[in-house]
Amino acid sequence: MKKRMNDKLLILIFSVVILAFPLILAPTGAAYPDLMQRFAIYGIFAIGFNILFGLTGYLSFGHAAFLGVGSYAAMWMFKLLTMNIFPALILSVLIAGIFSLLIGFISLRRSGIYFSILTLAFAQMSYNLAYSVLTPLTNGETGLQLRLDDPRVLDTVVDAGSLPSTNLFGLEMKHVFWNPEILGYNLQFNYGFYVCAALLILSFYISVKIFRSPFGMMLRAVKTNQTRLNYTGISTRPYTLAAFVISGMFAGLAGGLLATMDPLAGADRMQWTASGELVLMVVLGGSGTLIGPVLGAIFIRYFNSVLSQINEFTLHAWFSFGPEWMTNLLVSIVDPFVGEGWELTLGALFMLVVTFLPGGLVDGGQRVGRWITGANRRAAKAREA
Amino acid sequence: MDAIFLQILNGLDKGSAYALIALGLTLIFGTLGVVNFAHGALFMIGAFVAVTLSKVLAISKVVLDPERLDFLGNPAKIKTPYVIEWFGSFGEWMIDYTIPLSLLLTIPIMIIIGVVMERGLIRHFYKRPHADQILVTFGLAIVLQELIKIFFGSEAVPMQTPDTFTGALDIGIWFGFNPGSVIYPYWRLVYFFFAAVVIGGVFSFLRFTTFGMVVRAGMADRETVGLLGINIDKKFTIMFGVAAAVAGTAGAMYTGVNQPVFHMGMDFLVLSFVVVVVGGMGSLPGAVAAGFLLGVLESFASMPGVKNAFEAIGLPSIDQIIIYLVAVIILLVRPRGLMGKVGVMEE
Amino acid sequence: MGILEVQNVNKHFGGLHALNNVNLSVEEGSIHAIIGPNGAGKSTFLNCLIGKLKPDTGSVMFQGKAVLGRKPHQINQMGISRVFQTPEIFAELTVMENVIIPCLAHRDGAFRLNPFKNLEKDRDIHERAETILEDMGMKDKMDMHSGSLSRGDKRRLEMAMCLVQEPKLLLLDEPTAGMARADTNNTIDLLKHISETRGITMVIIEHDMHVVFSLSHKISVLAQGAIIAEDLPDKIKGHPKVREAYLGEAEV
Repeated sequence: MKKRMNDKLLILIFSVVILAFPLILAPTGAAYPDLMQRFAIYGIFAIGFNILFGLTGYLSFGHAAFLGVGSYAAMWMFKLLTMNIFPALILSVLIAGIFSLLIGFISLRRSGIYFSILTLAFAQMSYNLAYSVLTPLTNGETGLQLRLDDPRVLDTVVDAGSLPSTNLFGLEMKHVFWNPEILGYNLQFNYGFYVCAALLILSFYISVKIFRSPFGMMLRAVKTNQTRLNYTGISTRPYTLAAFVISGMFAGLAGGLLATMDPLAGADRMQWTASGELVLMVVLGGSGTLIGPVLGAIFIRYFNSVLSQINEFTLHAWFSFGPEWMTNLLVSIVDPFVGEGWELTLGALFMLVVTFLPGGLVDGGQRVGRWITGANRRAAKAREA
Repeated sequence: MDAIFLQILNGLDKGSAYALIALGLTLIFGTLGVVNFAHGALFMIGAFVAVTLSKVLAISKVVLDPERLDFLGNPAKIKTPYVIEWFGSFGEWMIDYTIPLSLLLTIPIMIIIGVVMERGLIRHFYKRPHADQILVTFGLAIVLQELIKIFFGSEAVPMQTPDTFTGALDIGIWFGFNPGSVIYPYWRLVYFFFAAVVIGGVFSFLRFTTFGMVVRAGMADRETVGLLGINIDKKFTIMFGVAAAVAGTAGAMYTGVNQPVFHMGMDFLVLSFVVVVVGGMGSLPGAVAAGFLLGVLESFASMPGVKNAFEAIGLPSIDQIIIYLVAVIILLVRPRGLMGKVGVMEE
Repeated sequence: MGILEVQNVNKHFGGLHALNNVNLSVEEGSIHAIIGPNGAGKSTFLNCLIGKLKPDTGSVMFQGKAVLGRKPHQINQMGISRVFQTPEIFAELTVMENVIIPCLAHRDGAFRLNPFKNLEKDRDIHERAETILEDMGMKDKMDMHSGSLSRGDKRRLEMAMCLVQEPKLLLLDEPTAGMARADTNNTIDLLKHISETRGITMVIIEHDMHVVFSLSHKISVLAQGAIIAEDLPDKIKGHPKVREAYLGEAEV
């Protein structure tokens, strides 16, 4: 039978890898604080979504709304109370939780496609609310920003003339506390990343716990046969609602963290294509697996950042090996997918992953692993026998 | 009274578009059991078929006229579209009637796109979970939208309606209102009648032809129809083509109402889904009724009077979200939508 | 007073009178079969008992408590479990997990938010689940993917899922439908064994007369929505009304 890795060991390895990101990622060129922070934040976002979609199979198209709500909540704390991120994050999680309770309560009256469409409609409604209807709260199109004349009642020290920056009990998020040179790479260790990394590890731990709990078992049962579950004496609605709210709170946390990184909250974060991107992260990594969503989130964020930096000149340099017509041809084929063309890549990736790798990277990796060890062939033989 | 009448009319053109897209969505959903997230993209492609035709017709022969100078002192360039050069006044008529003419192209192109889409992609997903169907069509929608953006740019493209239908009609006097009180653009009226004809056509096709009868039977119980030895798959593929054509023509004609832009499909898609759900998943009359209902509702919420009334009691203007609010309320009261049947896609 | 008392249940589907004043009294500990020709309303009746359908009129009392108007999970929590015509199991989970879920439902109730409890360390649940799987002769298949079980094993698993809840009443909808003779006989033995050792009351809907007559203590005959006879198996065989409505057209 399948042997599963010891959970404690899994969490330990996960933590070590995440904490060592500035070092591990250095050769890939992704080791700058902003991007690593995004890895961690979208990792949290995806872990939360996986608890809903991976376990129960309920495909929500509206989780970007909770991310947005989290960002707005955090911004208001920065504006009104303090630049300390602690209260901001608490409020982000709380507000997103309440918000997802409301939306989940209504959307979960239906399942399957209906549910997806309902969450999609709610997400679009939230987007419109943020974009225009609730302008006093969200500052509409411009987005919510810090201002010099914000009250910030708890912050006494005011540095006149410049906007304050986010901190955790005095540790400035942007501050690079260690800047060593190792193996020829200039490494940057900043507080912001480690705050996000700590929360990512916490999120991962919670997700492992949920997966192993009776609660998690019920969520998986919802996915495979809801009828049976009902006739087994289980009321499925509270379970799905709880999963929905938990994932909404994770999204709120991610949204709050985005605001701590860059104190700005805009409606574009809530667009339903942003929800689609989240779904892709989880599906690409492997929905229903523990590590998959984080892998998917990192993969998508990394490619987003790499591809958006490529332009026609870099392409010409890359493809300069052949005759000129070939270079031009290759450049014109690849060009639409890079730089501004991220959306096109995203869409194509979506189709490819869903068509050819429905189990995601984790499943793909396992298949490759089995193929290498020949376990596949042995198993097939065993089945025949 | 006349203001209300005007708002109903204003809602009709958007409602027509919602109804046409929702009709196609419901057809595909009913026959194939697939929620097609790329359906908005089909609407958008239809619109850009019209755009392409207008660009092709505008290809001109450039002649330098040495007798006339432009403001820089160079000989003036005189552009004559080839169609005018070749066909004379018929060419002028063609350019004038680009949008309606484009239907001749849109219908076959969209049917081909629809059939290719169904045979090439969607049919491999019938046995896959709904989530996969949603995701793959979602991906396709993004790809199609971005491709159009690459070829046609991200700006809205202005399109000309035929001269005869440009301008507005004082429709109010027909209904006994004061002259000048209810003025309605001709083309929107055309669009509404076009939608009515298409909807009527699809319904009679399903109602009165053997083909339609088989399709309806298949929508009700696919397995049994399959057991009768009827190749239902092929018929469903054709239905997909028809649904694509309905969306495409709706898009092509809509270019005269609003300027086409690459993201118009996505904009309409979300609302069309809401329309489908409100109408009752799988119910064709429901889709049409809900389309018009929500279109008109949206138009009412954007009435200045309504906006002011909301502001007066300290509420923000809700025209942006009225459709969603009403949809939520309807679904709370009638979870299966206005005309939904029990048990459709509940598992 | 039986454990299950059904009184004057009526159900209409449009113009069709699917259930016509159905009365039924099931004695505690007995196996009560409901037979009848196709379309007699057997499944409709069963669906009314488990809360899937709501009858137009009438009452269903289980141990003196009203069943109608409750949701399926509430009815299950009262002690009524159901075996479906085609086995309903959690096909993506292992055999063991399939049994653990009803076991949790029985012990912890319809909903419990315990996301931080480690299920693997819950010895109680695992012991209960293992015991029932051992009783059903499925312990060796414990770690198998339940979707890959044979049809007979799926039925057995579904039975285990019901039994682990220690129900007071077990409803069986054609438990041997589509089974080979040998499997059918096994199922008969299994049900007999369960009834004798656990004393669980059973209501069984069945087409196969062999099954009905080898199992049941009492038989009710449903025809065109109404109970036309109710008696001991031996007497049912000779009942003129039953012969006319049912047995005349099927082999005995």
